[in-house]
Amino acid sequence: MKADPGFYDYWPYQNRPKIQWPGGARLAFWVAPNIEFYELNPPANPHRKAWPQPSPAVPGYSIRDYGNRVGHMRQMAVLDKYGVRGSISLSTALCDHHPEIIELCKERDWEFFSHGIYNTRYTYGMSEAQEREMIRDSILSIHRHTGQKCAGYLAPALSHSELTLDLFAEVGSELFGDDAGFYTCDLFHDDQPTPINLRNNKRFVSIPYSLEMNDTIAYVVNKVEPRRYGQMLRDNFDRLYAEGAESGTVMCIPTHNYQVSCPHRLRAFEEALEYITGHSDVWVTTGREIAEHYRAHYYDMARQDIAEKSGWAAAEVTA
Amino acid sequence: MNDVKLDHCHLEYPLRRHGMDHDWYDWQMLTQRSAVSWPKGKKLALWVNVSLQFFPLNQQGKPFPPPGGMTMPYPDLRHFSLRDYGNRVGIYRLLKALDKYGVRPTFAINGELAQRTPYLMDLLKERGDEIIAHGWNMDRPHYGGQPVDDEREQIRATLDSLQEKTGQVVKGWLSPGKVHSENTPNLLAAEGIAYFCDWVNDDMPYPFRTDTGNLWAVPLSTELEDQFILRNNLHSEASYQEQIEDACTFLLQEAERSGGRILALNIHPWMLGQPHRIAYLERALAFITAQPGVFSAPAGELLGYCKQAQ
Repeated sequence: MKADPGFYDYWPYQNRPKIQWPGGARLAFWVAPNIEFYELNPPANPHRKAWPQPSPAVPGYSIRDYGNRVGHMRQMAVLDKYGVRGSISLSTALCDHHPEIIELCKERDWEFFSHGIYNTRYTYGMSEAQEREMIRDSILSIHRHTGQKCAGYLAPALSHSELTLDLFAEVGSELFGDDAGFYTCDLFHDDQPTPINLRNNKRFVSIPYSLEMNDTIAYVVNKVEPRRYGQMLRDNFDRLYAEGAESGTVMCIPTHNYQVSCPHRLRAFEEALEYITGHSDVWVTTGREIAEHYRAHYYDMARQDIAEKSGWAAAEVTA
Repeated sequence: MNDVKLDHCHLEYPLRRHGMDHDWYDWQMLTQRSAVSWPKGKKLALWVNVSLQFFPLNQQGKPFPPPGGMTMPYPDLRHFSLRDYGNRVGIYRLLKALDKYGVRPTFAINGELAQRTPYLMDLLKERGDEIIAHGWNMDRPHYGGQPVDDEREQIRATLDSLQEKTGQVVKGWLSPGKVHSENTPNLLAAEGIAYFCDWVNDDMPYPFRTDTGNLWAVPLSTELEDQFILRNNLHSEASYQEQIEDACTFLLQEAERSGGRILALNIHPWMLGQPHRIAYLERALAFITAQPGVFSAPAGELLGYCKQAQ
């Protein structure tokens, strides 16, 4: 067990090399719908219970099923209306369970990235070989059903091991070289992309995926009222948009079709999208495109700047 | 914490297949189903379910405590008596509000409560509103692994009690805490129950598979419950009202495009029957019932229209 995972060095938000997004945009905006499948009766993981009641745990299971049966179409209609292509954080078993949803997203050229097989199969307790197999299965599943070479990862139910990021990058390389396994959504340390240190030294980046703007965190954990959630989204955008004039920022709204798409919550989400996409200089894009642009244009510059500044910090600490 | 390793079954997925990972109902998105038409060209049905509940003071909490139950060491008089307030005072305030706006509610009643409140049962009998069964009491959950004979007996006792006290043949069921066992749907269908309201995976009724057939799920939204919004989430009463109104507006718009929808509100006399909360319910009902496309009906009647649309 480590005191610090060592994925990134301290890198102050001020005086960084300037990022410019395509077309001179100051903010890269992406929406990450989590399309998940929760099993009714998964094998029990000794480190974390899937459900509070003995199976069948109808309350938790059925509201998540609501997301796929009812909520998905509602959210997709709203995203279509504002020209947003979703970047789906996908429980890849959903390709087998609900291929109809996958087809609808494919038609719209949405991005699919891996969120594990099921959101009821946690990484806790997996050996390195098991986690590698799970990640490999998920990437292959996305490729088989969508033709996409999975670029990003968000660990299932945010359950990690120390090796999660390394394994995702390595399996991506084994399967598709540099075209897969090059960004993570599992870290919440920044409002801009940052290079990540891995054991194979791959050009691998963290893309901002805000936990604070995540509808489940807002609604379930923080118990935010729907209209206040809409206000938070607009406030988050306003500040990142203003700062983006100095150097490009990223705003992400992670959603769940069983939260944001409930009849009493869609209005807040829709109004926020209308507000955000109503601004000029906003690059409405996908996680993969942000990561690709950053790796191509800013990755080396960032590495150099981090080395200089963390070297300075290390010298201060030593002194 | 990662010292306990997982065996290989954690990488096996025997139910990874098209559709659900169980056989209780078919996988079908709401948009794939035939449109439902309500009478007189109405678009949105308002279904108000009033849950009338008994929370025992000597709560066992097994295998899990009921939502809204006792939380303090015995005797937890604060929770016991505040829940009782709903059945003594709050319900009469609610009835007045529902009547004022012409709402035709459904009452979900614990079998034990029916025994304890004959005056209230007589009143409901006289009103003629639809009664559905809500289990024996809030501390008698139906749960995975429950012995099937025990559960059958519990269901029969509940139905017998309600039939005796209300004079109605009960056709609907709502499990305490909306949790049930692997046997519940079969047992309910065998006892003549036509629909149950435990599953919140849809906004419209759909058929549920049992040994005998003949069971429907009629979803009763948890996310819009007074208890969920006010007690679990600690949202303000004003926000409760806004959320109901926003849901009404959204569902009405969707119904214009996609066929009839239901706005399902589950309310509790011990919550909304409080003097400082009732006005927010009244305002929400005023907003909803003022919409030209809205009508109010009990659950059993709505299910009848949905079956016709099949």
